[in-house]
Amino acid sequence: MFYREAGDFKTSYKEDNQTFPIKFDRYRYYAVMFLAFAVVPFIVNDYWVNAIFLPFLIYSIAAIGLNILTGYCGQVSLGTGGFMAVGAYACYKLMTVFPEVSIIIHVLLAGGVTAFVCILFGLPSLRIKGFYLAVATLAAQFFLVWLFNRVPWFYNYSASGQINSPERTVLDIAVTGPNTDAWAKYMFCLVFLTFCALVARNLTRGSVGRKWMAIRDMDIAAEIIGVNPLKAKISAFGVSGFFVGIAGALLFAVYLGAAEAGDSFGITKSFLVLFMIIIGGLGSIFGSFAGAAFLVLLPVLLKNVLVGTLGWPTDLAAHFEFIIVGGLIITFLILEPHGLAQLWRVAKEKLRLWPFPH
Amino acid sequence: MPEQLIFGMEVFLNGLMAGVLYALVALGFVLIYKASGIFNYAQGVMALFSALTLVGIMEGQVPFGHLINAIFGTEIHGFGWHVPAFAAILLTMGVMILLAVIVQKCVFRHLVGQEPIILFMATIGLAYFLEGVGDIMWGSEIKKLDVGLPQGINTLIDETTFGWFGYGFFIDNLDIVATVIAALLVTALVIFAQYTKQGRAMRAVADDHQAALSVGISLNFVWVMVWSVAGFVALVAGIMWGTKSGVQFSLSLIALKALPVLMLGGFTSIPGAIVGGLIIGVGEKLFEFAIGPMVGGATENWFAYVLALIFLVFRPQGLFGEKIIERV
Repeated sequence: MFYREAGDFKTSYKEDNQTFPIKFDRYRYYAVMFLAFAVVPFIVNDYWVNAIFLPFLIYSIAAIGLNILTGYCGQVSLGTGGFMAVGAYACYKLMTVFPEVSIIIHVLLAGGVTAFVCILFGLPSLRIKGFYLAVATLAAQFFLVWLFNRVPWFYNYSASGQINSPERTVLDIAVTGPNTDAWAKYMFCLVFLTFCALVARNLTRGSVGRKWMAIRDMDIAAEIIGVNPLKAKISAFGVSGFFVGIAGALLFAVYLGAAEAGDSFGITKSFLVLFMIIIGGLGSIFGSFAGAAFLVLLPVLLKNVLVGTLGWPTDLAAHFEFIIVGGLIITFLILEPHGLAQLWRVAKEKLRLWPFPH
Repeated sequence: MPEQLIFGMEVFLNGLMAGVLYALVALGFVLIYKASGIFNYAQGVMALFSALTLVGIMEGQVPFGHLINAIFGTEIHGFGWHVPAFAAILLTMGVMILLAVIVQKCVFRHLVGQEPIILFMATIGLAYFLEGVGDIMWGSEIKKLDVGLPQGINTLIDETTFGWFGYGFFIDNLDIVATVIAALLVTALVIFAQYTKQGRAMRAVADDHQAALSVGISLNFVWVMVWSVAGFVALVAGIMWGTKSGVQFSLSLIALKALPVLMLGGFTSIPGAIVGGLIIGVGEKLFEFAIGPMVGGATENWFAYVLALIFLVFRPQGLFGEKIIERV
C-alpha cells in the first residue's frame, strides 16, 4: 500500500537515477541517517559503543570491502585479516611520521596503501581461479602478518612489538587515544562508514559494478562481450583493499588502541568477515550491514544469555558460539544461499503487493 | 664433507618426514574432492575431532561431561576405565563413519547442484561446528595422545651416520613410522580404488555423476563411503600429529598447510598430493635453514603459501592436475 512506485512520478533524469527510487525506501534511509547522526550519539554510553556500535561500524566497512571482491566480482579472498593489518600498520606509520597531518587523511591514505598491496596480491587472479585463488590469498594473510611481526621498522622498534595509537584530534576533539569520549569514536567511524557505503552503493550500481558482476557470473562470456578482465578484477581488488584498509586502520586506531599483527589480524579475522558476508548476503551492500550486525550481536547476546542468565562457565559459552555460528552458516547455505539480504528482498516484494493477493 | 652440507642433509631428511605428514592430510582432501567436487575445508578439524575422540575414549571420559556438569550441577568426570588403544581406534572409526553419514544426510544432500564455492563455505561452517562440538564433548585443554607408537631419536640412524660423517643425524622414530604408515595407506587406497567394486563405483562417480547414476550406482552411498574414508585418513593424520605435538586446537591449522600442498600437486591427483607434500616439507625446512636466520626466522608460516602462489602463476593446474579447459 505504501511501498510501491505507483504515483511516484519522476520528472527529470536525475530523479530517475537516484539511489532509492521508491519513496518509502528514501524516507527510511533519511530516518536511519537522522537516527545514526543526531540521536544515537547523544544517548550512547561507553559499554554500548565499545561492545556493539564500534565493532559493527568497523566490520561493516570491512564486509562491504570483501563483498565487493567476493560478492560482486566473485574472487574469494581469505586474506582480509592480512589486508586489515596493512591498513592498521600503514595508519600507524603515517600517524607517527607525520603527526601534524589530520588523521582523516591518514586513514584514507592507509586505505590507499592497502589498495595497492591488495592489487599486488590480486595479480595472480588473472591466471588462477576459484579455490586456487582462495588459497593464494592465504599466502597474503600469512606473509603479511609475519612481515609485521618480524620487521621492527613497522612497529617503530617498540620493545613489545605492539603498535599503540597516539592521541589525535579532529576539530579539537580527541578521536583516538585513551582519553576519547565514546560518542566521538562513534561519530568518527560513522562518518567513514557512511562515506564507504555511499561510494560502494554507487559503484556497484554503475558500469564498474556491472562489469564486476559480469566477471563473477561467467568470466569468459564477459570477456567476449567486451569486459576487460584485467581492469575489472584489478579494480575490484583495489576498491576492496581500500575499504578493508580503512576498516583495519579504524579497528586499530579507534577501537583497539593497541594491536599486534598475529593477535588482532589473524586468519580468524579473515573468516569472521567472510562469514559476515555469507550470512548477510553475497553481492549486497545491505547484506554487509546485516551480516556485520548479526555476527557482532550474536556473541554479546550469547554471552548475556548463557553466562549472565544461565550461569555457565565462559569457555563453554565460547564453544557454544562456535557450534551456533557453524550451524547457522550451514543452515543459511541450505535454506537461503543469498543470506539475510535475500530475506529482506523477499519481504519487500511481498510488501509491494500488500494488501492485495496478486 | 663440509659441515653445512651435512646439516643440510639432516634438514632435508627431516623435511621429507614432515612432508609425509602434510601429504597425509592432503590425501583426505583429494579423496573427497575427486568423488564429490567438494573442497573439504573441515579435513583438518576432522583430524582434530578424531584425535580428541580417540583420547576421550581411551581415557574413559564422559562425552559432554563439562556441559552436563554446568547444567545439572553434577560432578562427573570419567567412567574410570581405560580402553586399550586398538579398541579405541576401532570405536573412533565408528564415530567417524557415523559423522560421515550425518554430514551427508544433514548437509550435503541438501546442497547437491549448488556452486562449488557454496559447498566450500558449507565445509567452513562444518569445520566451526565440529570444532565446537569436539571441545564441548571432550574439553578443550591440550591432551597427550599415546597409542604405543615408538618415539624419540632413532639410535640406528644416529650411530650409522656418526660412523660415516662423524655427526649423528637426529631423526625421530615417530617420523619413520609415519612414513611407513603413509606408504601403506596410499597403497591400500590405490588397491581399494582399482580392484574393489566400491572403489570402482567411487571412480565412476568421480568421472561423471550422471553417467554413474544411470548405471545404477547410488551416489548417496558413494558419498558416505568417501567421507568415511576421508574420516579414516583424518584419524591416521590425527594420531600422528597428536602423538607428535599433543592434541590441541593448532591441529586443525595443519589443514591449512595442506592447501599449498594440494595446489602444488593438483586437487585431483593422489600421487600429486604426496609429491606436493614432500616438496613443501623439504622446501620449507631448507628455506628456514638457509634463508630464515637472515630475515628473522619463522618463515615456515608463509613459505609454503608463497611457493604455491608463485608456482600457480606459471602452472595453474598444479603438477599433476588435469588441464582446465574452459568453454562458454
